[in-house]
Amino acid sequence: MTPEQATSSAAPRGAQRPPRLRELAIVPAHNEEGSVASVVRELRAVEPGFEIVVIDDGSTDRTAAIADAEGVDVIRLPFNLGIGGAVQTGYQYARDNGFDVAVQVDGDGQHDAREIARLLEPLLEGRADMVVGTRFAAGGGYRGTRLRRIGIHIFAAIVSLLVRARVTDTTSGFRAVNRKTISLFAIDYPHDYPEVEATVLAVRHGLRMVEVPVQMRVRETGSSSITALRSVYYMVKVLLALFIGLFRRYPTPLEEP
Amino acid sequence: MTPLRISIAAAIAAVILLLVILELIRSRRLQERYALLWLLTGLVIFVLAVWRGLLGSLSDLVGIAYPPSALFVLAAFFVLLVLLHYSTVISKLSDQNRILAQRLALLEHRLDTDRLDDEISPHAS
Repeated sequence: MTPEQATSSAAPRGAQRPPRLRELAIVPAHNEEGSVASVVRELRAVEPGFEIVVIDDGSTDRTAAIADAEGVDVIRLPFNLGIGGAVQTGYQYARDNGFDVAVQVDGDGQHDAREIARLLEPLLEGRADMVVGTRFAAGGGYRGTRLRRIGIHIFAAIVSLLVRARVTDTTSGFRAVNRKTISLFAIDYPHDYPEVEATVLAVRHGLRMVEVPVQMRVRETGSSSITALRSVYYMVKVLLALFIGLFRRYPTPLEEP
Repeated sequence: MTPLRISIAAAIAAVILLLVILELIRSRRLQERYALLWLLTGLVIFVLAVWRGLLGSLSDLVGIAYPPSALFVLAAFFVLLVLLHYSTVISKLSDQNRILAQRLALLEHRLDTDRLDDEISPHAS
């Protein structure tokens, strides 16, 4: 158990934070032995109030052992489920252990822990059930390949239509959610490339989504899962899922916290 | 009217198919629920092979000049049906597989944590 720090002098927003709110950082990691330790250390240093759970998504390297040595909770999936299944395991853990807030932080180090405070703000003020860190809204800086930027913008336009709200960065896995959203994602979460669908899913369930501009880093080690062929598969798959989603009913009951 | 030889060959093939399916069910290597589509396929082929006039009138109906090719069209359609059925089965299995993996991982973690708690202090909750 991490000691509760109701009035922490280290945390800049410790005063405004309601006491005894249980916060969890979910760190999905698949073969990230080079970065998972620094991700965990950074989280500890910047957000000492958070409990950290690393979801080892069937890594074949030493990811789980290294995370374990850092002294955080490690959940080892018996085989690779993909990012969707891994993240969902984190939400199930959050639900089972009664966490109030869960933040998703990639194990590859591209998400800056110092931005978590900004993600939490709308949640703590009760303005949102889910907050997504975006690289594109004013204040966020993003440089990627041109094709990738165009792809992201097209998706953003389509998703914005579906959600009837402005969504600029649909591929962002940097997000913070409250209990309501935790209980939804624990029982229903999209499979591969889940970010876009998760946003639509949440909004169609009547949850409020807010975007917050954040800075993201270039990944530290390992390789991005995005290649040209996969990008095409990604677009087709996600568009199909979104299109079908329009004709799907959403009867999944939300258990009230 | 289907040529007699083709009718006989098709009927024999259908009977063999049906027998193989029934034997697979009997020896519990094939569950009944997955065998139904196959049985239906075998039966349809058999009926069309034996009832020789039916294939001809069916072919006329949809404009196929050579009746035996209607047999193949039908067979191909059933194969597609069976394959589609398999895709749904695989989807369901992979979903269940994912849920099992998640439950297992969470339970394993809880087990480890409990053991650790016991070692540190036997009275810890």
